[in-house]
Amino acid sequence: MATEKLNLTLKVWRQPSSTAQGEIVTYEAKDIPSTASFLEMLDIVNEELINKGDEPIAFDHDCREGICGMCSLTINGRPHGPGDGVTTCQLHMRSFRNGDTIWIEPFRAQAFPILKDLIVDRSAFDHIIQAGGYISARTGSAVDANAMPIPKPVADYAFDAAACIGCGACVAACKNASAMLFVAAKVEHLGVLPQGKAEKDRRVLGMVRAMDDAGFGNCTNQYECEAVCPKEISATYITKMNRDFAAASIKEAVVNEF
Amino acid sequence: MNLLESIKRFYASSVGKKLLVALSGVVLLLFLLGHLAGNLLIYMGREAINDYGEFLHHMLHGTGVWFARLGLLAAVTIHVVATIHLVQQNRAARENRYAYETTVRASKASRTMIISGIIILSFVIFHLLQFTILPGPGDQGYYDDQTSDHLRPDVFGMVVRAFQNILVCLFYIVSMGFLCFHLSHGVASVFQTLGLRSEKTAAPIEWFGRAYAAFIFLGNISIPIAVQLGFVHL
Ligand code: HEM
Ligand code: FES
Repeated sequence: MATEKLNLTLKVWRQPSSTAQGEIVTYEAKDIPSTASFLEMLDIVNEELINKGDEPIAFDHDCREGICGMCSLTINGRPHGPGDGVTTCQLHMRSFRNGDTIWIEPFRAQAFPILKDLIVDRSAFDHIIQAGGYISARTGSAVDANAMPIPKPVADYAFDAAACIGCGACVAACKNASAMLFVAAKVEHLGVLPQGKAEKDRRVLGMVRAMDDAGFGNCTNQYECEAVCPKEISATYITKMNRDFAAASIKEAVVNEF
Repeated sequence: MNLLESIKRFYASSVGKKLLVALSGVVLLLFLLGHLAGNLLIYMGREAINDYGEFLHHMLHGTGVWFARLGLLAAVTIHVVATIHLVQQNRAARENRYAYETTVRASKASRTMIISGIIILSFVIFHLLQFTILPGPGDQGYYDDQTSDHLRPDVFGMVVRAFQNILVCLFYIVSMGFLCFHLSHGVASVFQTLGLRSEKTAAPIEWFGRAYAAFIFLGNISIPIAVQLGFVHL
């Protein structure tokens, strides 16, 4: 079967530096194989730009296999583009039709400053992790797999949250640029496991406060995050975090030590 | 850290403010249900609803109504102040909007909570002026001298006279529409904020929220409609 070729119009956000004024620039992408991934399509366009002596479009990527969380891009207003449970690097051009116009913008949020074109600085997520997204005890060498019994449903619950690759699509999709889905996934995947339980309260308070300090918005329970998450993490982790935050706040206020 | 400091910290956090919005929202939701039950007494006639009005004003030697008013005022104040702060922060969190905007799942109601909220607030002010603050003993038909052995405010007559005006009816119906819209997102949202939603209960909670909103809407608008159609008359 011959590979179908697509001719597309791209509307791409170009911004030379973090302080420069950005704008949407129109490009024609010609003869794009429908089997190409979205990032390969941009590679093709960039090749042409470089050949013409123009500045290529800067975008983030690393593994290109949907596991590292480095690729971003808001495609036609939707982080990681059309389709459920897929990252930009795993999105393929067969999801588009010949003649389509595609809008490509960075993940927009005050807490994710644009560095260049489509690349944003997501270190706010690192600061949130530093505020409690770990276990502070020495772990030593790996223990025997079943030395510590963890019921299967608990392990599954933790694992579904741990699938978060920290890409930031939840923030980019949220009408308020809130990071609640990311933070909830990171808080809860440790919070339900025996190793992480001990520091549960300190963790949720620390990470929510770090989230607030970074300038993310507030959750309004619209679940846009859940809809675009490439790992399909459920917004019910946010429910759980709200509950854990309330309990930890009360403990902090009246017990004052944990 | 002392208690006051803890409360300040709680309010300063996004989740803390959200919890306060939800708790004050629950107080208002329960009030709406009680208020509707009282309103529906109008269908049982002048005596029933005027008895109820008299009861409200004499409960706990007349202090009961003031406890309720102060509680409601506190709930409304917390709800409005916290939501305004939240909305301001949300706007600031994305100053540069997308050139191409899409919405995957968020309902219209959820995206316009502040607008429906402000309309509800203006309605509440009008409603209080009309039925609580302005009416006084000098007004025509203020007292009910038929259904009891002593003079007492005629709630029934006041409401029926007000709803004989079609413009007043329309204003009430439209306002209830906005309230219903606010609740169509708000009721289900409370469960999420208070940590009471799960994968299994998400769908029933959504339905419950819509049903609650519809019930409050239909119950309340039935009264101006009944007056207009002459089912309830002086
Ligand atoms: C009878 C009166 C009212 C009731 C029963 C009510 C109820 C609710 C409920 C249940 C919620 C959902 C809370 C949550 O997300 O957990 C909510 C949210 C909200 N309310 Fe109200 N409300 C009322 C009046 C108002 C007023 C007067 C305003 C005006 C400012 C307002 C503004 C908002 C906003 C902006 C939200 C969204 C907050 C957020 O999700 O961040 N509401 N309301
Ligand atoms: S590049 Fe690694 S997830 Fe897309």
